Amino acid sequence: MTRLDTGVAPPAATSRRPAHTARVPLPLLLPALLGLVFLILPVIGLLARVPWATLPQRLTSSEVLEALRLSVLTATLATLGCLVLGVPLAWMLSRVTFPGRRFVRALITVPLVLPPVVGGIALLLALGRRGLVGQWLDTNFGFTLPFTTAGVVVAESFVALPFLVISVEGALRGADARYEEAAATLGASRWTTFTHVTLPLVGPGIAAGAVLCWARALGEFGATITFAGNFPGITQTMPLAVYQTMESGDLEGAVVLSLILLVVSVTVLAALRDRWLTAP
Amino acid sequence: MRTLRVAAAGLAALIAISVAGCGGGDGTTDTSSGTSSSASASATVTDSVTVFAAASLTESFKTIGKQFEAAHPGTTVTFNFAGSSALATQLNQGAPADVFASAAPKNMATVTDAGNGAGSPTTFVKNQLVIATAKGNPKKITNLADLTKPGLKVALCAEAVPCGAAAKTAREAAGVQLTPVTLEQDVKAALSKVKLGEVDAALVYRTDAEAASADVDAVEFPESAKAVNNYPIVVLKEAKNPAGAQAFVDYVLSADGSRVLTEAGFQAP
Amino acid sequence: MTGEPDRAVTGEPDRAVTGHPDPAVPDRLLDAHLVVDRGTFRLDVELSIRPGETVALLGPNGAGKTTALRALAGLTQLSAGHLTLRGHDLDRPEKRIWTPAEKRSIGVVFQDYLLFPHLNARDNVAFGPRRHGVDRRAAHVIADRWLDRVGLADFTRRKPRQLSGGQAQRVALARALAVEPELLLLDEPLAALDARTRLETRAELHRHLTAHTGAALLVTHDPLDALVLADRLVIVEQGRVVQEGDAATITARPRTDYVAQLVGLNLYRGKGSGTAVVLVGGFTLTTAEPVQGNAFVAFRPSAVALFARRPDGSPRNTWPAILRDIQRHGDNLRVRLDGPITVAADITPAAAAHLDLVPGRELWAAVKATETRAYPDTAGRS
Repeated sequence: MTRLDTGVAPPAATSRRPAHTARVPLPLLLPALLGLVFLILPVIGLLARVPWATLPQRLTSSEVLEALRLSVLTATLATLGCLVLGVPLAWMLSRVTFPGRRFVRALITVPLVLPPVVGGIALLLALGRRGLVGQWLDTNFGFTLPFTTAGVVVAESFVALPFLVISVEGALRGADARYEEAAATLGASRWTTFTHVTLPLVGPGIAAGAVLCWARALGEFGATITFAGNFPGITQTMPLAVYQTMESGDLEGAVVLSLILLVVSVTVLAALRDRWLTAP
Repeated sequence: MRTLRVAAAGLAALIAISVAGCGGGDGTTDTSSGTSSSASASATVTDSVTVFAAASLTESFKTIGKQFEAAHPGTTVTFNFAGSSALATQLNQGAPADVFASAAPKNMATVTDAGNGAGSPTTFVKNQLVIATAKGNPKKITNLADLTKPGLKVALCAEAVPCGAAAKTAREAAGVQLTPVTLEQDVKAALSKVKLGEVDAALVYRTDAEAASADVDAVEFPESAKAVNNYPIVVLKEAKNPAGAQAFVDYVLSADGSRVLTEAGFQAP
Repeated sequence: MTGEPDRAVTGEPDRAVTGHPDPAVPDRLLDAHLVVDRGTFRLDVELSIRPGETVALLGPNGAGKTTALRALAGLTQLSAGHLTLRGHDLDRPEKRIWTPAEKRSIGVVFQDYLLFPHLNARDNVAFGPRRHGVDRRAAHVIADRWLDRVGLADFTRRKPRQLSGGQAQRVALARALAVEPELLLLDEPLAALDARTRLETRAELHRHLTAHTGAALLVTHDPLDALVLADRLVIVEQGRVVQEGDAATITARPRTDYVAQLVGLNLYRGKGSGTAVVLVGGFTLTTAEPVQGNAFVAFRPSAVALFARRPDGSPRNTWPAILRDIQRHGDNLRVRLDGPITVAADITPAAAAHLDLVPGRELWAAVKATETRAYPDTAGRS
């Protein structure tokens, strides 16, 4: 087989580059790095001020451990509550057409745009001792939410719920609804289809939403301090403890508390491996 | 990729420098005693004056501010009201202000010990605690001991805040063991919990109860005399408007200022 | 056969059952008049299927085949008409009767199979029986049995993503059959397969369909599928049934261009008076069979003879034609000619070479009257 003579010289050899490193365009690289620096700098600032000498005894003080225990407990309970309420809500928004659906979807985002303190005040007006529903609770059960750990859970749930609903709704919209049709043709009721087909399909989306929810609940401050109050062991979560320590002038104490919160959060989030959070 | 590696190296260097260089405390201890800077002719009384004041001074200082602005046309007074401990921390971290009025000498000391005060502070009023209850005092509270009644919800200020420290002194004087449901960060927050009906009582200043007399009742108790708070005021060293700052302090200490403060329920120093 | 529903798998009777079994037509398992109004599109077809019968719903894209299947499955509601299975109404809008999909005795094989990705093959097949009240162990036995029947006994633990196209199709079939449905619905079951797999799977599918005792409806656009798998064909175009019958009748007497193209015939419409049929456009074809009134005339492409000059002799149907294009068609060439009538002709490569065929060439075409078939144009069945 003779070679074709096209009369054109072969192109000049280009410099060799390892095949696997993709070329990152500069207009993308620079802002990305800047964004990274922007996020890391405050953390670096925090780490730079840690009183390494006195760290051990600070870490084991009972107030610190109390606040940590309370924070993790309430954030987890809040996430569970958000799952129970949020997943069905997300399902309704994505699968059922009902009048006012767009309005409801906008309503979900209210806790996102409301300043957390305002959220706390709103919760007081609704669920406080003299609140709309709260006073009914008080007269009939003698139970009020403010100043209780349950109140902390309520405040954290309020601000974290939108994260879960939006995440799960997105996952449900992305899931193929035809699997649900297939399940129906095999005799599955709507509920069974939901539990046996839909939920497994959007599992990773729900997990991702729950993680976001937990992280948001853990860091909540304004709504907690306004609605649930501030008392060590009962309502003083880590963010509240940090604030109080800072305001009383103990900057180093505040840094230590912040460091603990940072380490705990990063550990939990990193422990949720990629595999559990991405689609099958 | 070369660019990526260079960038990563730069980032690592940045981190290393920051962590290494910033060990130890903040701010330098300035041993020079502050000299009064009101004699300089360059700064005038006009322009703005920023005042950091304890939360309990909210209503009275706002009134004083308006009177000051009327007396010195062209001036604006801006306030930052919060718990005295919070204000002290902010000032030591470099928050820009001209005047600091604290609800207790301890928080003032935090600022002056760090060398941020110009001259020595002057006590301008005193304040005492009362028990604030819902209007009409439905739980029939008459003294500190009544606050320990079972089922009663009490709000206190955190101990770092002056009203919380005073409450502690008063409690110890009365020998009463109180278990509050919440420790608020400033006296106004404690008062609002009473106003909202979330707690049955709170230990607040007489001035706060009086300012909110439409919503709460004030119950005096004898031990409050043992825990009187002296309120100091000082011009700050880093004041951008030292002349205006001094003029404001002078006004507060003047007869006009005192009248406003006494009407609010403060006691003369 | 009694009027009671046969529930070999379900333990309980159909909950939404109303209406009485019709004693007049006991041998029709499925009796439906599907009317679905979509605004711009309207489906209006009548269907009836006997027990054990497989009917193919054939038609071009957009004809409404999938709509019909979805209506039968209960995934789309009828706008009018009715759907009766074994004498019981599943859907009758005028009487507000509606049975959702999960309560119908149906099995569906979807075009994309839609095997549940989080379940292995056995659990996929067991899904239906489990939903019908069968306990886990018994359901697994049923699943294993069906997977064995489709030749996948060693694949029970595989997840769908570990199966090839042909294997997935068989699992989907097993899954649909495991609930022993009275009505089996297949939506383009072989469309997603490559040619080789399609051959094997088609044969297997034929085996299962023959064994199925209920009614089966196969939606397809591939005439070969229809011819091999179905007992009867129903041709649907633009939401209406245009022709119905067994394969032999339809291939012999197509009534629409689509069907003609499907079966590979030249088809013309005209008015016949005896053996002369005047076609639309004016050309007259002489046929062997006499026909009166509106009529179809059809002949195979292989019946067309091409000449360089006008032929003399017996063929009655001759006309000048211009060659439009040539294509390979198996071992022969299919030539398309324009002229008083547009015609497709099959000729051997040797003949093509001899005639020096290039597009634009002027030729003469001829068809013997005995090679034509003429039949009356009465709407509906032939």
